[in-house]
Amino acid sequence: MARCCCSCGRIADAVGIGRLFIANRGEIAVRIIRTCRALGIETVLGVSEADRGSLGAQMADRVLCLGPAQPSLSYLRVETVVQAALGSSCDAIHPGYGFLSERADLARLCEAEGVIFIGPTADQIEAVGDKLRARAAAVEAGVPVIPGGAAASSEEARALAEIIGVPILVKAAGGGGGRGMKLVETAEDLGAIMDMASAEAEAAFGDARVYLERYVATGRHIEVQVLGDGAGRVVHLGERDCSVQRRYQKLIEETPAPHLPAATRAAMHEAAVRFAARLSYRGAGTVEFLYDTPRDAFYFLEMNARIQVEHPVTEAVTGIDLIAEQIAIAEGQRLRFTQAEVACEGAAIECRINAEDPERDFAPSPGIVAAVRWPSGDGVRVDSHIVDGARIPPFYDSMIAKVIAHGPSRAAALARLRTALGETRIEGVATNLAFQQTVLADPDFATGGVDTGFLGRFLEAAKVAG
Amino acid sequence: MTLTAADVDRIIALLDASHFDRLSLEIGDLKLDLARSGAAPAAPKPVPVAMPEPVVVPPPAAPVVREAGLIEAKSPLLGIYYRAPRPGEPPFVEVGARVEPESIIGIIEVMKLMNTARAGVSGEVVEIVARNGELVEHGEVLLLVRPDR
Repeated sequence: MARCCCSCGRIADAVGIGRLFIANRGEIAVRIIRTCRALGIETVLGVSEADRGSLGAQMADRVLCLGPAQPSLSYLRVETVVQAALGSSCDAIHPGYGFLSERADLARLCEAEGVIFIGPTADQIEAVGDKLRARAAAVEAGVPVIPGGAAASSEEARALAEIIGVPILVKAAGGGGGRGMKLVETAEDLGAIMDMASAEAEAAFGDARVYLERYVATGRHIEVQVLGDGAGRVVHLGERDCSVQRRYQKLIEETPAPHLPAATRAAMHEAAVRFAARLSYRGAGTVEFLYDTPRDAFYFLEMNARIQVEHPVTEAVTGIDLIAEQIAIAEGQRLRFTQAEVACEGAAIECRINAEDPERDFAPSPGIVAAVRWPSGDGVRVDSHIVDGARIPPFYDSMIAKVIAHGPSRAAALARLRTALGETRIEGVATNLAFQQTVLADPDFATGGVDTGFLGRFLEAAKVAG
Repeated sequence: MTLTAADVDRIIALLDASHFDRLSLEIGDLKLDLARSGAAPAAPKPVPVAMPEPVVVPPPAAPVVREAGLIEAKSPLLGIYYRAPRPGEPPFVEVGARVEPESIIGIIEVMKLMNTARAGVSGEVVEIVARNGELVEHGEVLLLVRPDR
């Protein structure tokens, strides 16, 4: 790629995106439209029949119905999405998160059809989507991985297990995000569990390969946000601590990660940049680590090749619009700031509000939101597609909003978040709002630095007390 | 095998008590399609043409009757609408033509895969609404049909 003759930062063949197709729904569709409006980019939103009346559909410049409500017949149809973008003369497709965001076939079809895919290349998606390949890439980049490795047979697995010791996690190469994992507590169970995991992985991901990793019982989930220009330059935008999880689903995320030794934090940032740079990664991505608190050690988990749900906490402390940077990179611009120019100020915490009922084991509670009042105030941001009368269809993820609070310190951000949730009213559907308030009020959470087992213990304690 | 009216009533009650919108029952030559009001009918099912393997396309939303008594024949999926099987060939239907539910009224192209759109109703074509070679969305009106009395 030729550089422009001047120092404008654009690559000579950089292309401006004038019209953008959004292949997603819910709050992230609204989020992308907001940035497009600020940038003067027209938006075309692909919706399912169930989302024709959604806030995103009201805000977009044009709406195209992709198909029926079921995601497999609308949001997950690669060809339909690309046809819709081409047919509406869009220059680019933003896939958001979930749905088609990490589908190499979408990126590849975009490449073939001359539509800009806002994300990494198809090859990069494949490289990080295959967890075994990603693990090997981490090793090559000098990024620590959890002791373990691939095992093609039960003999190999037994030999490996003797080296790494139990408990062991058997993970699917095609899995990720908590999916496709099985715990082995005693060595005798290894063979049977591996066979089962392999069969399940074949069924779920079409890929029977599994690998073993030592199970780190008390870890924290800490991830680093990176941006790459696709030509080897990568910057990080600090880390996020996403340890408050229920069954691997993140519920509260924050930045910076509390009580992390400065040297460890810096080492994590550097490791993430090294990993992404080695792939010549293009776009926004997140390198996830497991942080072993007692050992003050971190290990590579996986890389997510898309915008993350929890990106607003990073935006809050850096003042950088990550969607705008994704678009700029997709246009072929070089990174618009250097590492030294990225400054993180204060702390930010995000709370996910889900339409699910904690009283009924967090069962989804779709329906119509009769009335809603979102909070406002200094340092408070709400990313949501829910307004009075909004429908929450049963076909999709139950997340209806993210409430984010930013403050000069973690204590200030937490106080603002608690006030904000106190001001929030959602009528008509059950939500986890009150539950989230009790979590934020927990003394251990207030202290900060909880591990991924925190929420499970919290729920157990609540059950005993209740 | 035959079904009595009482059998059908019992099957309707089964569907009614379920959380499903549609029920398709096939026993030998007998075929029964039931749909809740508001749910899309199980037929007609668009059948793809000129394709290596069948693509399952959900049926379009139920035809909506306009004030004038005209019925909208809708696109079963998002894609590029073509009125004729090939460029230069005569269109599948013209204004004034008679259509049956299974009559092909156009091709919907999705990334070079050709799918057929069918009328879904018996009657006379009154107006071609969609424009040849342009994008139609899922459920977009392709043409208007005056149904048989």
